[in-house]
Amino acid sequence: MTQKKLDEIKAAGENWRAKRSKLKDRDARFETVSALPVNDIYTPEDLGAFDYMKDLGFPGEYPYTRGVQSNMYRGRLWTMRQFAGFGTASESNERYKFLLARGQTGLSVAFDMPTIMGYDSDHPRSLGEVGRVGVAIDSLADMETLFDGIPLDKVSTSMTTNAPASILWCMYLATGEKQGVPSDKLTGTIQNDILKEYIAQKSWIFPPHPSMRLITDIFAYANKHVPKWNSVSISGYHIREAGSTAVQELAFTLADGFAYVEAGIEAGLNVDDFAPRLSFFFNSHIDFFEEIAKYRAARRIWARRMKEKYGAKNPKSWMLRFHTQTAGCSLTAQQPENNIVRTAYEAMAAVLGGTQSLHTNSMDEVLALPTEKSVQIALRTQQIIAYETGAANVIDPLAGSYFVEALTDQMEAEAEKYFEEIERRGGVLAAIDQNYFQQEIADAAYQYQRAIDKKERYQVGVNEFVDTSEELDIDLLTIDPEIERKQVESVQKLRRERDNNKVQDTLDRLRVAARGSENMIPCILECVRAYTTQGEIVQALREIFGEYKEKPTF
Amino acid sequence: MARKIRVLVAKPGLDGHDRGARVIARGLRDAGMEVVYTGLHQTPEQIVEAAIQEDVDVVGLSILSGAHMTLFPRIYDLLKENGAEDIMVMGGGTIPEADVKALIEGGWAAQIFTPGATLESIVDWINTNVNLN
Repeated sequence: MTQKKLDEIKAAGENWRAKRSKLKDRDARFETVSALPVNDIYTPEDLGAFDYMKDLGFPGEYPYTRGVQSNMYRGRLWTMRQFAGFGTASESNERYKFLLARGQTGLSVAFDMPTIMGYDSDHPRSLGEVGRVGVAIDSLADMETLFDGIPLDKVSTSMTTNAPASILWCMYLATGEKQGVPSDKLTGTIQNDILKEYIAQKSWIFPPHPSMRLITDIFAYANKHVPKWNSVSISGYHIREAGSTAVQELAFTLADGFAYVEAGIEAGLNVDDFAPRLSFFFNSHIDFFEEIAKYRAARRIWARRMKEKYGAKNPKSWMLRFHTQTAGCSLTAQQPENNIVRTAYEAMAAVLGGTQSLHTNSMDEVLALPTEKSVQIALRTQQIIAYETGAANVIDPLAGSYFVEALTDQMEAEAEKYFEEIERRGGVLAAIDQNYFQQEIADAAYQYQRAIDKKERYQVGVNEFVDTSEELDIDLLTIDPEIERKQVESVQKLRRERDNNKVQDTLDRLRVAARGSENMIPCILECVRAYTTQGEIVQALREIFGEYKEKPTF
Repeated sequence: MARKIRVLVAKPGLDGHDRGARVIARGLRDAGMEVVYTGLHQTPEQIVEAAIQEDVDVVGLSILSGAHMTLFPRIYDLLKENGAEDIMVMGGGTIPEADVKALIEGGWAAQIFTPGATLESIVDWINTNVNLN
């Protein structure tokens, strides 16, 4: 745009503002859900030194602001991937088959808390938690059941496991072997993002250094043997759910990503040998434009840093590919049917932001695990976006919007400020140790809750449009307490019947590897092939690595 | 001058969802109570020991793992075994209405707040129900 045109716009804008300022606005706070103030209008003036080729470029091309594939959803729609799992492996197996039969295109495994924390189902700490929030997996035998009748060369599977990710991943690889699928044909993702566990999700086992070593061991092993696997899903989702703002989600997640890149390089790997398999996982909260700007900024920041700072040469290392889940924390227990609507807007933002895969929450997830009916509505929500709304026809359709571009720039600039602060504190691990992220997130969460309580921010059905006569009339999924007993019995039976000498041998071999510096993955794979349980493997490593302890603050 | 109400905010179970616990802990402190927060992954035994040691009036359990029907009764029983049944047990989290009813009617919890409850309602409830004598 010429300076003359800009001056014209400026003059007209000033005129307009003089008239407009006489009008009285509604009594409301005009800001995003992250408390970022927004203007009433955006014009070319807000784009500053906007440079199309430098800031946006074309889809599938550096800096990927407009998307990572050149044809985006015209080539292939995003993967519709509903996170699911509960009870025993055979019950979850049925739910997966139900979802695949209804057009879901990828699996996403939710494990129960004992499995996430590395305890077997019969450990005293597992009492009451077996199969509650996900599926209980104690050994390879359970993993085999989980994917019974589901050919692993035909589906891609995402597994939400972090501290013991190496073990569950090895169980998956071994299940592939049993099905006759070689590991280089397996596709999927393990979350494997321990940094956000210390920061937000808080499901840790080992201290940071051995945890980072397990992760770089996975990078190296995946590069050689499981090349189509996403070896980490660097997650902002949990950071946001813990109460962060959109900018904090963006900045802390990317900072974690850079920390993994640096750890890989320090472990002697070439950046282009593992960076193409790094993937991301973001939240989609209720503030539509802020979320879209966040995804676009994330791609641009990642590409620039990977190329310029870390010297990656492979364009695949520059591309930020991500999964999205709609925001559980935006849902309300009151009038739960309204959650269908919230989720639909959030899903639309993820699609307009160019997500590679998507989970839509079910309306009842604030109350319990979802029923089949509510999961089906959630999946249908994605199918309606994909097949009816036209949103998948045009690539990055909001590009060029003065508002969206200005917000994208603002997100990037704010994230850069956080990167500086994290660096000033000595990096991500040091900042975790200083409780920095945890405190920033807790502050944001508290301010958000205060704003709701004081009605400075509205939640329909919670603090406004409240229905006091409301009685919940949706069915909830209940978990039969019998499941825990059955699972405990089954792991104890396994321990009686397997070759226990072999189990001890594989554990001894793993201990040697863990004390030394060799890659631990082949040893873990040997353990799981011998039906050593997850709890036994974790215990062996815990004795060597110790346990992480958080300083509880609020 | 009346002494302050003492509250132990506790996270039993294996999950790490501490957003609620930390928001409540800060809210109760801002409302003038003395608050101790246990941190994550506490066993019922650890929670009861902390409650007795800290001499609290109220234990607030935050549970989002679905294990509430095991954990509330276990903690209540342990308090009783240790002669500390005067400590009131309340809680919050992802707890279905039917279970809320069962826990309150069974006497295992004095009150349970579910998503959407305001900090004020929780503060008011504690102020009304805790006897400082």
